Amino acid sequence: MKPSLKHIIGFLLTILSYSGFSQPLEVCDTCEITSLKSAISAAKDFDTIVVKKGTYIEHNILVDKPVTIIGENYPVIDGESKGEIITIVSDSVTVDGLYIINVGNSYTSDYAAIRVKRSKHFTIKNLVLEKLFFGIYLEKSNYGKIYHNKIIGDAVQEYNSGNGIQLWYSNHIDIEHNYITQVRDGIYLEFSNNCLIKNNTSTENLRYGLHFMFSNYDTYQDNTFENNGAGVAVMFSKNIKMYNNLFKENWGTASYGMLLKEINDAEIIGNTFKENTIGINIEGSNRILYKNNNFSNNGWAIKVRGACYTNKFLENNFLYNSFDVSYNSKVNDNIFDKNYWSNYTGYDLNKDGIGDVPYRPVKLFSYIVNRTPETIILLRSLFIDILDFSEKVSPVFTPDNLQDQNPLTKKIQW
Amino acid sequence: MVNITNLHKKFNKNKVLSGVNLEIDNSGIFAVLGPNGSGKTTLIKSILGMVIPNKGKISVLGKDIKHSSAYRHQIDYLPQIANFPSNLKVKELIKMIKDLRGKTKMDLELIKRFKLEPFLDKKLGTLSGGTKQKVNIVLTFMFDSPLIILDEPTTGLDPISLIQLKELIQSEKSKGKTILITSHIMSFVEEVSDEIVFLLEGQIYFKGSTSALKIKTNEQDFERAIASILKENHA
Amino acid sequence: MLKILKYSFFDLMRSRWSYVYFAFYLLLGIVLLFLNNDLSKAVITLMNVIIILVPLIGTIFGVMYYYNSKEFTELLLAQPLKRSSIFLGQYLGVALSLSMSLILGLGIPFIFYGLFQSSAIWDFSLLLVTGTFLTFIFTALAFNMALSNENKIKGFGYAILLWLFFAIIYDGVFLMSLILFEDYPLDKLSLVGTMLNPIDLSRTLILLKLDISALLGYTGAIFKKFFGTNFGLITSLSMLSLWVILPVLRIVFKAKRKDF
Repeated sequence: MKPSLKHIIGFLLTILSYSGFSQPLEVCDTCEITSLKSAISAAKDFDTIVVKKGTYIEHNILVDKPVTIIGENYPVIDGESKGEIITIVSDSVTVDGLYIINVGNSYTSDYAAIRVKRSKHFTIKNLVLEKLFFGIYLEKSNYGKIYHNKIIGDAVQEYNSGNGIQLWYSNHIDIEHNYITQVRDGIYLEFSNNCLIKNNTSTENLRYGLHFMFSNYDTYQDNTFENNGAGVAVMFSKNIKMYNNLFKENWGTASYGMLLKEINDAEIIGNTFKENTIGINIEGSNRILYKNNNFSNNGWAIKVRGACYTNKFLENNFLYNSFDVSYNSKVNDNIFDKNYWSNYTGYDLNKDGIGDVPYRPVKLFSYIVNRTPETIILLRSLFIDILDFSEKVSPVFTPDNLQDQNPLTKKIQW
Repeated sequence: MVNITNLHKKFNKNKVLSGVNLEIDNSGIFAVLGPNGSGKTTLIKSILGMVIPNKGKISVLGKDIKHSSAYRHQIDYLPQIANFPSNLKVKELIKMIKDLRGKTKMDLELIKRFKLEPFLDKKLGTLSGGTKQKVNIVLTFMFDSPLIILDEPTTGLDPISLIQLKELIQSEKSKGKTILITSHIMSFVEEVSDEIVFLLEGQIYFKGSTSALKIKTNEQDFERAIASILKENHA
Repeated sequence: MLKILKYSFFDLMRSRWSYVYFAFYLLLGIVLLFLNNDLSKAVITLMNVIIILVPLIGTIFGVMYYYNSKEFTELLLAQPLKRSSIFLGQYLGVALSLSMSLILGLGIPFIFYGLFQSSAIWDFSLLLVTGTFLTFIFTALAFNMALSNENKIKGFGYAILLWLFFAIIYDGVFLMSLILFEDYPLDKLSLVGTMLNPIDLSRTLILLKLDISALLGYTGAIFKKFFGTNFGLITSLSMLSLWVILPVLRIVFKAKRKDF
């Protein structure tokens, strides 16, 4: 199709309207427009609304046209806990620099500080959200960006708290440089594909720092997950790439740096799992590549439950974990190769950097602890060491083919 | 000085002392004699508080010794076998005992008397039995206590030292002290002792002077007198 | 008592064995730090040494010292000294000289390694504190065994047996009973079981530092309280103190009634 004159003029007009032919609408106490709501209804498509510093008591703000809303010096939008605050139903909306507080709490509807509904090409950035139920909620919306937001919740109990950033049937979303704390799940993806989650920090959340459900082809990298109920839960998803994240101090009974449940064909590369009760908890996950990860000072670096097939653990560092790998069955179909194990006690006579004796990462004691958890109190006892040694010599309870044939003698640097 | 009433002691099932009554009030040299296993050492150790009696009462200088340690300031004791910490030098041992018991200057004179100067810087582990015994004697006599207990003092001594020892004992006696001695050397006992305490089967069989013993047993010789007591009782 | 302590202490400090013991720790420290260059690994190896070897050395030294200084003890008994002073003095002399060898032997290489700039200083201090406690406990237990047995061989045998019991056998029985009663709530039992063995107690104390991530994986509320707060540290330290005090009291009690 050739572009007609009409198209070109239309395009030029659009550009002109963008570049300030129309003045931005200002919102302040002493301005003509004193509320965000009236500014939106007054605005034309592609207008810019500047909200000056001040406090605006508003909720149920409907953004139904492509506008840019910019807050100057963080104006406060106070929803007085009456319900949802901003709802975006138009494409190409930008919200920038607002301080949104007091989202209503409800057991029947998921009120959010900002909801995007069936829209595309939105940008939500530089927001501060406090006293919230849900933070940023995307519903069947695609191609959006969520940058540099700070979401600070005060969640105490799971059943009456919401998530920081929630995606539902939303694809191609970029979530970067956000800081999320004290909500239920920091970031939650449900049926959302091809998203990029990068450079975020998610800490002290009740449930998960990041949570995937039925979401495929997503990537998350360079994020920090610290001190959450559990770091990241990846469930029922395919082809997730997990690169260079930090999982730290996720402590507790059912706590882990990462939970994989029914995950296939994922890549887990370059991550650091430090001081978690369980580094990675794996259930029913197949064809996953674990490479160049650091597991240090975890209770269990890797806990394998249920059927997990053809996973590869290559060139990882296992440093000072109480248990390196724990299995609850005798069957093994996974490959451990060329990892560095700080607990390795073999020798390297030909000095090629590879230990001459294979390493068995599964200890008898981990089997015992799985059965009777209280026996953990005997960890590092001489008696237990003797038991482990005898099991090492002739495996009875642990998978006898589970070994690293080429354990490295030096920590891997990359 | 020493007052023992109805003293009983058994080690496991082995009765060693069964009802010893002994009163030593005056000064002088008392020899405690008896066959092997008659309870001499046990009696002495009871006085020193090293053996805890099953029954009976011991008082030294009028005071009950039960649960007390201070009364040992009044006793100089020469143990039977002198085995000292082998890492210590003679000088250090003397200094240590002085440190534990109090100041005295008599050690210098005693060291001279027994010619111990060349050994002062030697470790105790390297000394011969006789030299050790001399050190032992110095340690005992360097304090001026009213009661002296000597357990086999002559062991390992050469004749010169033996003479020195006898002189020492006599000079202590002349200061009005009470001295208890056990010994197997009968000639030594006869020579030095004023009174004999003869233990037999855990009881005091005889207490009196050597001449009284000779009269009692109708023997001229002291050694024979002792032997006759033993024969009589084993016959 | 202080005088006896002084003499026992210096007597031991001059003996060959103190040097051997000191040199052993010095060498261990140097090998661990300078040939391995991995502080975390060094701390784990040290834990095994401290938990197993320190009690063994304390036991052997305690028994040996008691029997070897028997004549010296008799010499002291004839002096105007309290029995409790004599035995406590000797006990403290042994325990202190052993602790000194341990602390200096391990401390010197660690200080040269730059411990004061390192974050591992607390882990390391805890190791030394535990090691000192274990020395005091097992020397006291050894003195108890020696005091109760005139026969040197018997006393030595019982003391070693006691060490073996606490170091290995106890944990075996402990593990069996935990597995046997796994259907019941066990967290109280397992904590009590730990308290009753000084070696387990010390191990737990070090675990609080090294393996806290794993320990917090267990559900029991008492466990949680024990490992999650300072409660565990305080309880363990006071139990260790009790483990020193009780055997020492028995030394005094036994010494008062013994014939020499």
